[in-house]
Amino acid sequence: MSTRTHHHVFENGLTLLAQPMPHVRSAAVNILVPSGYVNDPVGMAGMANVLSEMIQRGAGKLGNKDLSLAMDAIGLDRNCSAGTNHLRIWGATLARNLERSLDLFSDIIQKPMLPKDELPAVKQLSAQEILSLEDEPRQKVLIALKQRHFGSPLGNDRRGTLEGIKAITHEGLKKFWKKHFRPNGTIISVAGNIEWKPLVDQVEKYFGKWKQSECAAPKQQKPEGGYLHLAKDTQQLQIGIAYPSVPFGHKDYYSAVGAVNVLSGGMSSRLFTEVREKRGLCYSVWASHQNFKEVAAILCYAGTTTQQAQQTLDVTLSELAKLSKGIKEEEVRRLKVGMKSSMLISEESSSARAGSIAVDWYYLGRVRTIEEIQKAIDGISASSILEHVKKHPPEKFTIVTLGANKLVTP
Amino acid sequence: MSEFHQMQCSNGLTIIGEVNDQARSAAVGFFVRTGSRDETTEESGVSHFLEHMVFKGSRNRDAMQVNKDFDKIGANYNAFTSEENTVYYAATLPEYHGQATEILADILRPSLRSADFDMEKKVILEEIGMYEDNPGWMVFDHARREFFGNHPLGNSVLGSVQSITDLKRDTMVDYFHKRYVASNITVVASGNYSWKKFSNQVEKLCSNWKPGSARRDHLSQTTGSAEFKLLEKKSCTQENVVIVSPGPPAASPLRYAAGLLANILGDDSGSRLYWALVDNGLAESADCTYHEYDGTGAFYTSFTCEPKRTQKDLEIALAQIQSIITKGITEEELEQAKCKALSRLVRASEKTMNRLQEVGMSWVYLRKYKTIDEDLQAFEKVNMRQIQQVLERYPLMRVTTTALGPLSKLKKPETSTPKK
Repeated sequence: MSTRTHHHVFENGLTLLAQPMPHVRSAAVNILVPSGYVNDPVGMAGMANVLSEMIQRGAGKLGNKDLSLAMDAIGLDRNCSAGTNHLRIWGATLARNLERSLDLFSDIIQKPMLPKDELPAVKQLSAQEILSLEDEPRQKVLIALKQRHFGSPLGNDRRGTLEGIKAITHEGLKKFWKKHFRPNGTIISVAGNIEWKPLVDQVEKYFGKWKQSECAAPKQQKPEGGYLHLAKDTQQLQIGIAYPSVPFGHKDYYSAVGAVNVLSGGMSSRLFTEVREKRGLCYSVWASHQNFKEVAAILCYAGTTTQQAQQTLDVTLSELAKLSKGIKEEEVRRLKVGMKSSMLISEESSSARAGSIAVDWYYLGRVRTIEEIQKAIDGISASSILEHVKKHPPEKFTIVTLGANKLVTP
Repeated sequence: MSEFHQMQCSNGLTIIGEVNDQARSAAVGFFVRTGSRDETTEESGVSHFLEHMVFKGSRNRDAMQVNKDFDKIGANYNAFTSEENTVYYAATLPEYHGQATEILADILRPSLRSADFDMEKKVILEEIGMYEDNPGWMVFDHARREFFGNHPLGNSVLGSVQSITDLKRDTMVDYFHKRYVASNITVVASGNYSWKKFSNQVEKLCSNWKPGSARRDHLSQTTGSAEFKLLEKKSCTQENVVIVSPGPPAASPLRYAAGLLANILGDDSGSRLYWALVDNGLAESADCTYHEYDGTGAFYTSFTCEPKRTQKDLEIALAQIQSIITKGITEEELEQAKCKALSRLVRASEKTMNRLQEVGMSWVYLRKYKTIDEDLQAFEKVNMRQIQQVLERYPLMRVTTTALGPLSKLKKPETSTPKK
């Protein structure tokens, strides 16, 4: 497969990226509008999330139901959701319906009706989304962990808060849309069975008249860090651990991801082996790299019955401490093959590819070729990981637990 | 484009494969036709526990070696257990397909060592604990049990804390010898690999597997208990409701119509339940899915809402089901459902892992291979008459209702329950 991607920046600042995939029949569109939850107005946490639902309730000449029917008529599977910095509008369908999808999405973005009478129902839905987290302890602990480790607004939950949702007015919603929906800073990425030239013309046709505007970035507060316990009557105790890492684009980024893979890449990785395989302490234990533009962290998770929770936390932390004691060559060989194949396998579908080229563009201002990623992975070695871990040792932990008991933390 | 192959080994093992030389990866899966419905009471949870034990190694490998060998080739591998199937699979870059196949074939003759058995028992109990904290998942387990009653499809896949604690290694060994016989296993491949190399390799690796014969009982159609059950769990915040109705079995030609009917009633966008419950914020989510089993099938209509709205929402959901029966569906709704199904099918088929599941399951249930285009046509051909047939043969309003959440009271709505 060709790894060549196309890009074009329109006069109004809108960026278009495309990856032709001639062997597939589908096309996926991914639109990132610079209107993420970090932009939620003070006191109205959840605004971007509410807006992501409201823009789908009628746009252009089509009311709520007609718009939904128009998208279903072309088999357009779609999703609008608030991300950190962007509101994401995603859709996938057969390639022949791509132009109609762009047409509908352009109305959703530039001409949403934002009907006042729909707002109470949408607020009700958003509030229920928050309530439901109480029944999903794993998600709940990870949300609390991010909040505490990154601080507001970066670490906020996209769902917002019950008080925030309650405070959202129709007036405020329209103002928020007007302020943040703009072509400069918006990325449209398309992947699938497409042709580049006609695509540029279509995007020009549907988004070319969209007017630029400027908007200040939100102020970031200092994170709290430390230990937080959330008391809850559950079978298991949920454990979340976070510590600082380097972000995507940093020269040590691949070594940082290498270190995560030593801990959690595959079932022969250290956490899975020590916590689950050797001690049977839990079913689910993992570590991952959480990335923002300027900051990043390693997040670790384990869920275990209350009686075993202290031991699970202790074993997990001791594995983190052991990283700087040495990395084996055979571990590195395994994780490199794993990183390469998961990259290739995960990008088989047009949806995944459309998503990842947009992520590259946002963080790096360009799209990495597959060859470049492979080369960077080849460059990882036991010594590069070790050097990285010594420079950025696992410390300054933020820890959040949820369940029956508090734990003893360092 | 893709081509299909099949063969049967002398011990009864079936090998099938779809080759697509455009794919970037290759996948291999061992589909064992066994699951919780094939368990006796003493064996409850053994299929799933055994699935974990398979990864603990064989005569040739211990658990750590299994994990290392998979990771060495960067395999994306795992397994799952359902009511009717236990499937072990691995997706790799094409050059590692042979190695992935070798590891899977090896561990499918597991040693089931006592020390591993005792350690993994702890992990299974943790997995049960994890699901118990997740009411949105638990309610489906309860709903299935309520609907199927004494029918073995009501068995829990995980088993209970009690049944897992009591389970003996010998019981698992016996179950393994009974169920993991060559004639009860289909080896499947998809993506970019050589069929000749693959089939020869599997035939050789599995030649000493015992032929045997594994039975499956109680293949009769069931229309469900029609019970109404409220499970009170004070620690929950939201109320979770599942309404189960009878549907066509996996082998029925009506399964495509049933899939579209479920989509019309409860897809997550633009369906009847969406407009009646979600668009207006009465429920957080609502949907309907059709599940096909060996010999029987079911529609699962479910919603999650604030407890105080449950009574009303339940009445609305049932009224939606009722109106499908009394007023039928429109041509437009059918066309819309087809559009969605076609688009999803095409996109799903772009993933090698997805083709493995499709090709494998189609063979396990129907002994048939269908190209993507044949599957697309099957959906395309569904007409109003077939939708009507589903509604006539399977009484959608014969509902078994299960609610799980903080509510201590919920009235059974007054509807006439059709007879079996």
